[in-house]
Amino acid sequence: MNNTDIVKQGLKKRYAREKRFQLYGKLAVMVGFIFLTLLIVDITVKAMPAFSVTELKLDIKLDRESLGLPETGAVSDDMLSAINYGAVIKQALRDSFPEMTSRKEKKQLYALISSGAEFSLAAKLRADPGLVGQESIDIWFRADDDIDTYYKLETRTSRVSDRQVDMIEQLQQNERIRIAFNSTFFSASDSREPEQAGIRGAIVGSFWTLLVTLLVSLPVGVAAAIYLEEFAPQNRFTDFIEININNLAAVPSIVFGLLGLAVFINFFGMPRSAPLIGGLVLSLMTLPTIIIASRAALKSVPPSIKEAALGIGASKMQVVFHHTLPLAMPGILTGSIIGMAQALGETAPLLMIGMVAFIVDVPGGILDSATVLPVQIYLWSDSPERAFTALTAATILVLLGFLAVMNAIAIYLRKRFERRW
Amino acid sequence: MQTSTLFVIILGLSLLAYYTGLRRAQHRRSSERLLALPSHYGYMTALLSALPAVTLLLAWSIFEPAYLNQQIVLHLPAEALQQSADRINLVVNNVQLMIADGSFADDPLLSPAANAYLEARHNSRLLITALIILLGLSGVVFALSRYLTRQHARQRVEAIVRVFLMACSGVAIFTTLGIVLSVLFEAMRFFDSVPIADFMFGTSWSPQTAIRADQVGSSGSFGAVPLFVGTLLISLIAMIIAVPVGLMTAIYLSEYATRRFRAIAKPLLEVLAGIPTVVYGFFAALTVAPFIRNAGEAIGLGVASESALAAGIVMGVMIIPFVSSLSDDVISAVPQAMRDGSLALGATRSETIKQVIIPAALPGIVGGVLLAASRAIGETMIVVMAAGLAARLTVNPLEAVTTVTVQIVTLLTGDQEFDSPKTLAAFALGLMLFVSTLLLNVIALHIVRKYREQYE
Repeated sequence: MNNTDIVKQGLKKRYAREKRFQLYGKLAVMVGFIFLTLLIVDITVKAMPAFSVTELKLDIKLDRESLGLPETGAVSDDMLSAINYGAVIKQALRDSFPEMTSRKEKKQLYALISSGAEFSLAAKLRADPGLVGQESIDIWFRADDDIDTYYKLETRTSRVSDRQVDMIEQLQQNERIRIAFNSTFFSASDSREPEQAGIRGAIVGSFWTLLVTLLVSLPVGVAAAIYLEEFAPQNRFTDFIEININNLAAVPSIVFGLLGLAVFINFFGMPRSAPLIGGLVLSLMTLPTIIIASRAALKSVPPSIKEAALGIGASKMQVVFHHTLPLAMPGILTGSIIGMAQALGETAPLLMIGMVAFIVDVPGGILDSATVLPVQIYLWSDSPERAFTALTAATILVLLGFLAVMNAIAIYLRKRFERRW
Repeated sequence: MQTSTLFVIILGLSLLAYYTGLRRAQHRRSSERLLALPSHYGYMTALLSALPAVTLLLAWSIFEPAYLNQQIVLHLPAEALQQSADRINLVVNNVQLMIADGSFADDPLLSPAANAYLEARHNSRLLITALIILLGLSGVVFALSRYLTRQHARQRVEAIVRVFLMACSGVAIFTTLGIVLSVLFEAMRFFDSVPIADFMFGTSWSPQTAIRADQVGSSGSFGAVPLFVGTLLISLIAMIIAVPVGLMTAIYLSEYATRRFRAIAKPLLEVLAGIPTVVYGFFAALTVAPFIRNAGEAIGLGVASESALAAGIVMGVMIIPFVSSLSDDVISAVPQAMRDGSLALGATRSETIKQVIIPAALPGIVGGVLLAASRAIGETMIVVMAAGLAARLTVNPLEAVTTVTVQIVTLLTGDQEFDSPKTLAAFALGLMLFVSTLLLNVIALHIVRKYREQYE
């Protein structure tokens, strides 16, 4: 038996091994895809219920007697805000189900409607005081979140009683119950009641935080990159800076949170929960990303351009600010947008500096207490109510949407302005 | 006057200085040869007017509160001063609250202090406004003087810009320094009350400290070994998922896949790296963990609802793109000649990969794996949402364990005074986290760099 035969003998086995190895490779790639698909599909399915909401139509009596207003005379704003709207709505509920008389039944009856209904009625009257005096008017109100979950998803939990199921059926027959688009989700802020909770506050909070991050990290990052790329002498100090930047890029984000807590809040006494602190912490965190991207962009500008400018008498500073920097700008912006996207999705350091508080107001500036989208996700994912799961998933979709847009802009910039020299 | 108003004043004065400098330089250009362009003179005078004023304003806003508080302390009644420092701070806070709502006139004891505070504040603001206007005008005055055109304005301006650029790159050093100092300083205070050996080698972790000394379990125990074990367990599970899958992905994409497939697959995998960790946490806690528990029950295994396995698997998937892109880089860096040589000897492609490419790329791959491990150890949101809170010393992946990062978050997100060992323990844990990830990074970067030099 010569060598060729020996080789031929093992060939079948070796080819089989080759095939298997390729298969493993394909499987490995598939694992990533499958997981990505599962994640997106799972979250989308979970999020769907949050975009719709169950509403009940009630026949509200707005005559002066029912509202407790005097017979005649003008209606002032003070009088409007003194009205007991809760009682008006309860009366309307009792009128639509006259057969519910016992205390227990009435309690279940009142639980059909969201506790926020009285505020929406009050807001409606304030917006249109001409409604006062109308004998009866049909108004849609949001259902309570348990009823909403039951009606929307047709899954019964122990929180919905038999009586309530009967009532809902009756409403259905009279076409007094419907599923509508949940605009509250985009127009309201955090709330303990899922049907009244929205993400406007978190979006605005994220906006302020990112604004601070951008205003701090972009100038500082670009300046640092210019220094390191164009001016820094080759010495130990420069090496030390570079080592620091590389290490900072790999420091766990939560450690930046500890830094923010110890330095900004405890040492400088800055306000807790404010987008200012959140933005500062996030800018320290994104700084390495921006510096590294900006350096790469500055480096890619061909030396011939710099030499030409130097040759006609520009100073080094003029070369950088008149030629190198403008040419590197698309690359710098791409890197910065990616850094901002990272900052937008970051949660852990913000937990450390108190941005986890329950905040109902939309923040009006960088010193107001605020929360951000990812933290809102974290807060809601902890809530026991089932309806909050849907809200969490929907918030995730919104967050992923923002991230997708930011990355798309970055890719567009790169494709549009990328120059090969 | 408010700080923001003062900033506007500075801005206005420096604009004035800019235009004065510019105009004067343009005017002088007709009669003498200037050393720089007129605009440089404008920049120079603007900087001259703004820089000292801004520096002063910053210093003032840092030191003013302390100075004003001291004024309060100086005018407090004598009996109030004989208390402990904490008490005095409390009184000072009270006075400030009274000033804020204007109710100090009713309090005969504290009103002198409040009045002194108000007077000092009034004076200090007057002084600072005057000084800032003076400094701001100095630029304008200089622009009007005959010394203006004797300066080499461009060099002056560029020197200042250069210092600014250098200072910006120094931010990285200050950040590192800030991290080290803040974490180390607070950790030291923690080790004052809890011996370092108890922390490093103790096996019981229950950081609940009681408010009264006679309560049950009044002294919390701070043995961090269960946290270290939990962190390592979850990271290990993550690495067991991420390393083979990431490595095989990198091999397939760089050695087998067609160009088109690679162009689609790579960005798609990168999406996994771009998804915020809080999203993974949600997925781990609400989808993967219940799935694993149900699967375990189906085959008769008791699985905790916050099992280490769920958090570890999801974390592993999160790290896959990290491992694969780093490995991809090093595999592509292996010279083509080595591949060709192996194939020419009759080896199959998988044999080439296994026996030539991987050994050649091994240091780089190891470096990448170490970087991935440091990321797994420092990962926070997945474990906060999907892993347990109770510290249990176990290596069973089906049980709930807790990690260093989870404990940092739980210790610091509640209401707690800053001086208790419970809060300080978070900084000690942060120190451990920082040191271990730093070590891993330094080693990994060293290995990767050394390897790169070999083929370049």
